[in-house]
Amino acid sequence: MTPDTPDGGKPDVALPALGLLGSLRWGWTQLTSMRTALFLLLLLAVAAVPGSLFPQRPANPAVVTQYIQDNPDTGPILDWFQLFDVYSSVWFSAIYLLLFVSLIGCVIPRALAHGRAMKSKPPRTPRKLSRMPIYGTLVLPASTQSGGSPITAASAAADAAAMLKKRGYRVDLRDTDSAQPSVGAERGFLKEVGNLVFHFSLIGVLVSVAVGGLFGYSGQKIIVEGDSFVNTLVGYDTFTPGANFTAGQLEPYSLRLDNFDVQFDRQETHYGQPLDFTANVTTKDGPDAEEEEQVLKVNSPLNIGGTGIYLVGNGYAPVVTVRDGNGDIAMQGPVVTIPQDGLFTSLIVIKAPDAAPDQLGFVGFFLPTAFVGEDGVAFSRDPDPFNPQLNLNSYYGDLGLDDGEPRSVYVLDTEDLTELNSRTSDEGGIVLGAGQTYDLPDGKGSISFDGLDRYIAVDIRHDPGQLGALVFSSLALAGLTASLFIGRRRVWVRTGTHADGRTMVEYGLLARGEDHRLTGEGAAIEKALRTQWLVDEPVEEQNERPGAPGSTTFEHASHQAGNGKES
Amino acid sequence: MPPISQTLGEFSERFMLLAALTYTVAFIVFTLDLVKSSKRIRAVEENLAASQQAEQRVLVGADMTGGSSPRGGAARLAADTTADDSMDYSGRRKLARIAVVLTVVAALIHAAGVISRGLATNRVPWGNMYEFCTTGALVVVVVFLLALIRKDLRFLGTFVVGLTLVMLCAATIGFFTPAGNVVPALQSYWLIIHVSVAVAASALFTLTFAMSVLQLIQTSRVRKLAAGGVDRTPFMRLVPSALSLENLSYRINAFAFVMWTFTLMAGAIWAEEAWGRYWGWDVKEVWTFVIWVVFAGYLHARATRGWTGTRAAWLCIIGYLCIVFNFTIVNIYFSGLHSYA
Ligand code: HEM
Repeated sequence: MTPDTPDGGKPDVALPALGLLGSLRWGWTQLTSMRTALFLLLLLAVAAVPGSLFPQRPANPAVVTQYIQDNPDTGPILDWFQLFDVYSSVWFSAIYLLLFVSLIGCVIPRALAHGRAMKSKPPRTPRKLSRMPIYGTLVLPASTQSGGSPITAASAAADAAAMLKKRGYRVDLRDTDSAQPSVGAERGFLKEVGNLVFHFSLIGVLVSVAVGGLFGYSGQKIIVEGDSFVNTLVGYDTFTPGANFTAGQLEPYSLRLDNFDVQFDRQETHYGQPLDFTANVTTKDGPDAEEEEQVLKVNSPLNIGGTGIYLVGNGYAPVVTVRDGNGDIAMQGPVVTIPQDGLFTSLIVIKAPDAAPDQLGFVGFFLPTAFVGEDGVAFSRDPDPFNPQLNLNSYYGDLGLDDGEPRSVYVLDTEDLTELNSRTSDEGGIVLGAGQTYDLPDGKGSISFDGLDRYIAVDIRHDPGQLGALVFSSLALAGLTASLFIGRRRVWVRTGTHADGRTMVEYGLLARGEDHRLTGEGAAIEKALRTQWLVDEPVEEQNERPGAPGSTTFEHASHQAGNGKES
Repeated sequence: MPPISQTLGEFSERFMLLAALTYTVAFIVFTLDLVKSSKRIRAVEENLAASQQAEQRVLVGADMTGGSSPRGGAARLAADTTADDSMDYSGRRKLARIAVVLTVVAALIHAAGVISRGLATNRVPWGNMYEFCTTGALVVVVVFLLALIRKDLRFLGTFVVGLTLVMLCAATIGFFTPAGNVVPALQSYWLIIHVSVAVAASALFTLTFAMSVLQLIQTSRVRKLAAGGVDRTPFMRLVPSALSLENLSYRINAFAFVMWTFTLMAGAIWAEEAWGRYWGWDVKEVWTFVIWVVFAGYLHARATRGWTGTRAAWLCIIGYLCIVFNFTIVNIYFSGLHSYA
């Protein structure tokens, strides 16, 4: 940080002395060096990239499975390298953990050193102020007055100290009894404080994320209009607990979907694009609590029982009735379909395991606005249900639901089933308009399309680390701003009396770290001193003296951090 | 939702076209200025060199032991081969003035295009790639013009106006989208906060990208000249020294980095509101993070011995390429991966 040691005050490391302790110390010094930090940062950036190139398990487990199936040669190898779990992989974790160890090792000593610096007095006045990057002198005629009394070296120093104090410097008046009293002043400690706060806050963010992972949970639920969700483990379709989750954490609130309104764009250029999704729900904080009507929308989640409820998807749930070969109702109710495109052409799977003598299964599409193309294939022309239609193939046999193996309700495994009819069979597939019934071949039963509901898919989450992450990242932002934009500088003023009674004043400024405003500050200080003592600006006095011996140029002055060697 | 005004939308498209045409003219004039100014500087220098040589002969005759120190020689070489560090150029540059005026006119038309687009759609005009690009290009130009008030950055004109043209062309040819409403996921005030800061930060990074490229050219040019090579890029005389470029781009980058940090945080807050988690390593999030880390690396590099100058400039360029990648490839190609999911 200091101008002379740009790599954070760590001296260059020579070859390690022999011995375990020496090697350890050497390793630690290396790890906490600025160069290592830079290397690890760049490595982290590179390591994050593969996660955007390959599908990731936490986000899309099904896609990963599919990817490995499609690439039987490379898939398992990629998997072995954890390229489908990049952000929890050993190598990614190793990089960021090393980075954070390096950060702690770097920041703690700096925090201690800065604590000491803040308590100590401003550094002693250099013998040759003219060596400072910004340097200037003033000469006060013997007759100059300040506050009614004549100026002396001591009073001038005191005046300068007062002025610097007003400008926000910590000042130290010294050698007041000597012939050359001086003022040491320093400001901008907040720059380093900001830097430290920023780096510590990064640790805070990491810890908050970890807390969320340990104590949080998340789950998904699909709710059809009229149905309710109760916040218990069995209430979820899928549930992902954190490592320290206990079922007792769930507060048994409930939520009923009263109705779901969808509005599509009817403007020519964006025809059919969704404009608005609004779910009207009724919630209850607990089994005996009051009912409360609420509105759930995209970008406006509900907060109940320590969880957030987010609207993440929606679709159609056609209400169907399946009768079996005996004429009994084997299945009745809304069936959730999976939208395949923006026009809500939706995949539907209907299973009727209770059908007798044979179990029945259906696979096909639900089309909100069915339209038959020239090739005879029906497709949907609009996301709104202007002409709802079911296009199904039917099967009978053993649906495989009784062997206890978990199966997705959205997939029908037709391998062990016998086809009853399909689009390619002689009878053709089942095409059902609203309110219609279709009798299955061979007296196996019938299916009817009785009505249409909508459903919503919600994510429900509890993340106790969220607030911490917000607080720490805000702190990081504030610290970063302070660190980058506050100038840390030192000013010295020395005064003396000339033999002829004139008071001589010289001052010098030095920046620590980047500070392109140092010249401006020098000019401001000179101006303040002149106004205080009412001395005019003599022509020959100059604030910047590029040609003076021992001085550095302005470019040097404002860039102390050791830049510029390259050019 | 209030209806979309198609008429205003069409006006906006015409404004964009007109702005692009005006930028093209400005671009040509900026380029002419570079050529002409560097020619004139060369002429002046040749004159000067001739008179200096005469002088030197006298000096050498007087003082046989005299000779400039190598350091002074290098400094003079740098001074002779590049523009003043304070970026004050002696001499009038009429063409450059015309180019700046043209750019201002183009920017005004461009602004009319962006504003009418916003009015046509009753929302902020950055809801899709077309709007992001056209508005972003405007911000680049406005930042450049504002910077001109304080510093003579006209040497950047060709590059900045050139990039603006590329962005406008990409928008109208590649990403064109008629004026319309946005999907529910984008209907949030976070669209205003998050995206506007991202656009502004990207605009600043665009400037520093141009400056870093120039810095690299300048560095290698001065090195070659010092080794006695010929000046293949004489227009670089108008460009300040590599060190001044680096220092100025550092200041801009530091500011833009704070904005990018805010973009990242605001994005996370929005993601929490829309999707229920503040960070999910979604492709877009990954690349925003990568960009952030690269520029954090850049800031560290500036404080690391041996990493300032050329290496820092490369980091800045890599960071900008990541931004371009995040906007183009990730939006076009990777979203395809998403719909597959
Ligand atoms: C998670 C990893 C890290 C990130 C994201 C990060 C980020 C940053 C950023 C953005 C800055 C510039 C703003 C400022 O000056 O405050 C900075 C400065 C700094 N960082 Fe880090 N840092 C990380 C780790 C480290 C480590 C491990 C070290 C120590 C070896 C370190 C030492 C420093 C120092 C000394 C500065 C001040 C540089 C100057 O004077 O300009 N950082 N860091």
